[in-house]
Amino acid sequence: MEQGHIIKVAGPLVVARGLVESKMYDLVRVGEDGLMGEIIEMRGDRASIQVYEETDGLGPGDPVVATGAPLSVELGPGMLEAVYDGVQRPLDVLERQAGSFLSRGISAPGLDREKRWTFVPSVEPGTRVSGGDIIGVVQENVVVEHRILVPPALSGVIESITGGDFTVRDTVATLVDDEGGVHDLAMMQVWPVRVPRPYKKKVSADEPLTTGTRVIDTFFPIVKGGVACIPGPFGAGKTVTQHQIAKWSDAEVVVFIGCGERGNEMTDVLMEFPELVDPYSGEPLMKRTVLVANTSNMPVAAREASVYTGITMAEYFRDMGYNVVLQADSTSRWAEAMREISGRLEEMPGDEGFPAYLGTRLAAFYERAGKVECLGSVPAGASVARTGSISVIGSVSPPGGDLSEPVVQNTLRVVKVFWALQDQLAYQRHFPAIDWLTSYSLYVDKVTPHWAADVSKDFRARRDEAMSILQRENELAEIVRLVGLEALSPEEQILMETAKSIREDFLQQNAFRDDDQFSSLAEQDRLLSTILLFHAKALEAHAAGASLADIFAAPVRERIARAKYLAPDQMAEYDSIASDIETQLVGGARPEAAVASAGGER
Amino acid sequence: MREYRTTRDIVGPLLLIEKVVDVTYGELVELEYPDGTRSLGNVLEIDGDVALVQAFEGTRGSNPKDTKATFLGRSLELGVSRDILGRVFDGLGRPADGGPEIIPDERRSIYGAPINPVARDFPDDFIQTGVSAIDGLNPLVRGQKLPIFSGSGLPHNELAAQIARQSAVLARSGAADQAGEKLEGEFAVVFAAMGITFEDADFFTNEFRTTAAIERTVLFLNLADDPAVERIATPRMALTAAEYLAYTCDMHVLVILTDMTYYCEALREVSAARKEVPGRRGYPGYLYTDLATIYERAGRVKGRAGSITQVPILSMPDDDKTHPIPDLTGYITEGQIILDRNLHRRGVYPPIAVLPSLSRLKQKGIGPGKTREDHADVSNQLFGAYASGIQAKELAVILGEAALSDTDKAFVAFADAFEDQFIRQGTHEERSVAETLALGWKLVAQLPRTELKRIRDEYVAKYMSSEAGD
Repeated sequence: MEQGHIIKVAGPLVVARGLVESKMYDLVRVGEDGLMGEIIEMRGDRASIQVYEETDGLGPGDPVVATGAPLSVELGPGMLEAVYDGVQRPLDVLERQAGSFLSRGISAPGLDREKRWTFVPSVEPGTRVSGGDIIGVVQENVVVEHRILVPPALSGVIESITGGDFTVRDTVATLVDDEGGVHDLAMMQVWPVRVPRPYKKKVSADEPLTTGTRVIDTFFPIVKGGVACIPGPFGAGKTVTQHQIAKWSDAEVVVFIGCGERGNEMTDVLMEFPELVDPYSGEPLMKRTVLVANTSNMPVAAREASVYTGITMAEYFRDMGYNVVLQADSTSRWAEAMREISGRLEEMPGDEGFPAYLGTRLAAFYERAGKVECLGSVPAGASVARTGSISVIGSVSPPGGDLSEPVVQNTLRVVKVFWALQDQLAYQRHFPAIDWLTSYSLYVDKVTPHWAADVSKDFRARRDEAMSILQRENELAEIVRLVGLEALSPEEQILMETAKSIREDFLQQNAFRDDDQFSSLAEQDRLLSTILLFHAKALEAHAAGASLADIFAAPVRERIARAKYLAPDQMAEYDSIASDIETQLVGGARPEAAVASAGGER
Repeated sequence: MREYRTTRDIVGPLLLIEKVVDVTYGELVELEYPDGTRSLGNVLEIDGDVALVQAFEGTRGSNPKDTKATFLGRSLELGVSRDILGRVFDGLGRPADGGPEIIPDERRSIYGAPINPVARDFPDDFIQTGVSAIDGLNPLVRGQKLPIFSGSGLPHNELAAQIARQSAVLARSGAADQAGEKLEGEFAVVFAAMGITFEDADFFTNEFRTTAAIERTVLFLNLADDPAVERIATPRMALTAAEYLAYTCDMHVLVILTDMTYYCEALREVSAARKEVPGRRGYPGYLYTDLATIYERAGRVKGRAGSITQVPILSMPDDDKTHPIPDLTGYITEGQIILDRNLHRRGVYPPIAVLPSLSRLKQKGIGPGKTREDHADVSNQLFGAYASGIQAKELAVILGEAALSDTDKAFVAFADAFEDQFIRQGTHEERSVAETLALGWKLVAQLPRTELKRIRDEYVAKYMSSEAGD
């Protein structure tokens, strides 16, 4: 392989001379330790290289060896439950190799070379296959069946295929292409991270992705294959929201990228996910999760690569026909990594020092999300091709919480869901601190038919009613601030109370309480309809002569306030609460018996 | 020895040295100026045979013609051994107390290496600081980095000293506290001063001396009149010492870094001299990454007994939390303790602004087996009620007390009592977590029962009457 030598070192950027055969984005090995680097600029015979490790100790004259291949990830059984750094080095293997601290120049392959997986063929010799076809499966763990695919560019006839225990690099099948060339197929594929994996075509995504977080699922839903962003100042709860989605969303595979964030947060995920049980499969959440951890103190160039590493893995699972959720926390740190490298290249900066191509890069990244018809032939008997999806949820950390900064603005151009986190809400310990007035989801109309079919036909109407109550509260709050609550009509005062109830009893959700962190759509519907029933009955009772004080003091309100803590098998409680509402909110004086019985039940 | 007298340019703290051979990035350089002044420096960039060197102790007294530069073939290091305890060093790790040189067990690069995220142990051991506003609402745990966001004239030094003093005396976890047993492992304080005044530094040294904690303390002092660029090395010196004490000597180390604002300004000075494209307010675009390499050195490592807990102090210019320094710090650290000028003016010590303060690790550090089962709920309820009280007060300012509902009045009374009894305490008053929780129950008992939405019924039944008293 071609070898050049270093002429300049400036932080994570190294300039080398003598790499004339190499191409842009080729991987190179820098210095005596063979540090990984990627060519990002070529001027004459000078190649600028971003190095994925600390460059201390490098100097002019040190060797740079070309590999002739771009930065790629290894795709195959063994990715799930793994923890990788930004360039797919398995961190647990590095720990065994080098101890608790990440020293330089250590490396390990992304997939375990020794481990044997049981491969079960699903096609016969003689079958004609094309890129993306499933030739067999590996039960990677109890949750995920790993489907072995024909690499995208290949097609032909399977000549031989064998089941049994193999390592990822063993040949499990041979394929003869139309020109007569013979290809050995192994379970492992290699794919360059900066190139999106191909699919047949994109299709419109309309199926809701249930996250178990009420404010998201009911008010600002995301679909399987959708794109969302969570901007917010520090302390507003971006990471907790991301973790909640990683934990409870109904996806088959979750790829979580910790991009330039805190080390302890990754540790938190690593300790918690193996313990937590996935409500859909009943198995530990870790079994469906791939983690990419490039914390803030790890090399900045690897941070830049980490989002590409993560999304390429997500695409691979999508190609198997799975719904994948990819989370990037935080895309701002990724953008900052781009800014740092761009600065070292002495490029002309755009807004706030960010490179001029920031918007293009962000858009290209989010565009790798979506629902697709996967490559591969349509199975006999099936009318439609296999589909898979990637939902991308990126958090953004705007400096000073200022949403006009370039990363937020460029992100908003491409995402369809905006969950705006508010520090004011966080100060009041209203969590999740998603601001219901400024957030939006452009998927609401798309998911409505699914809601009608799967939840209840009135769900959309209830959602809209609750939303308008919250909107109205905001307008009335101005008046209250100026002239006091008494200035409002009784109906408006009831509305204010209902809005408070929606906020406190529905929107607020405690991520750290076992009985509150996950709410199914059915539970969300019952809870919301209960609150709205109280609202309707309160208006009726008032019209029939009940005093506001009596209505607001109805004992059932405490039961409503605690309804969110009900277990899924206690749904009957909602009927009991509803009947309490009916009996306690009547015109005129409150019947004492109803009060006593309600008190007795508590 | 590679000595050069080939300096071409001198700009601010930077020197451009030509015709150098075999120089590496990050290499340590000894500079000798014509007037005899010496300074250490390191290589920021090496391009062919031209090295860009940053002089930690400034460039006063240098000139291109006669400046001598010796490249030492290693990066900036600190010699460590147990004998560093009780000693005072300057900002570059040289003894500054007149004592002998340290005979090091080993020499470590001050830049350290990142902890492998897989090797981290999650910080979940409660540290009882004895300060109610921290223990009760935003508890500190071992291995956490929890900065104090302050402003000029606020008592952040007193608070940091109180935390150091009271956590040091206990040196045991909350669980052990309840069981009445001492936790294994010793406690040490590493103190790094960057650009603070002699008086502030003197306050801390005296504080450590009078409490006899000085034997457990290592001090690195770069004062206001010391070279500014030296400050870039100071926190890394301190953290290298802390890592040695924590992971080699199995000690629980509390690192106090003050004042991070001056550190960042030194970084900006170098960046400006290099004519780098600035980010916000002239600070370099890599400020986040740079701060992360300091703050992320807090933590615990699996299989090692020690831990590093960081309490950085930074003064917010004009009390502005959105200034890049507190802003980026807040994005890296696990919460923040914010001091409030209004509380301070009203004479409340410690003037901790409870609502915007946050400890991200509290969920894991409190609860049964750590502090007490009702801790999280009580803390949430106190937050919620105090926030409601503050809101009601704002309403009362506009509409007058009379316009408030009875519930609102209860919240106003609660907020006042909360500030006066819960937040306020003496600089030498130490409250156990049980005392803090009892105080919390006493306060929430003033509220209408229906407003206690955030406390589980069973805890209300179990603790309300016994804890709150009658």
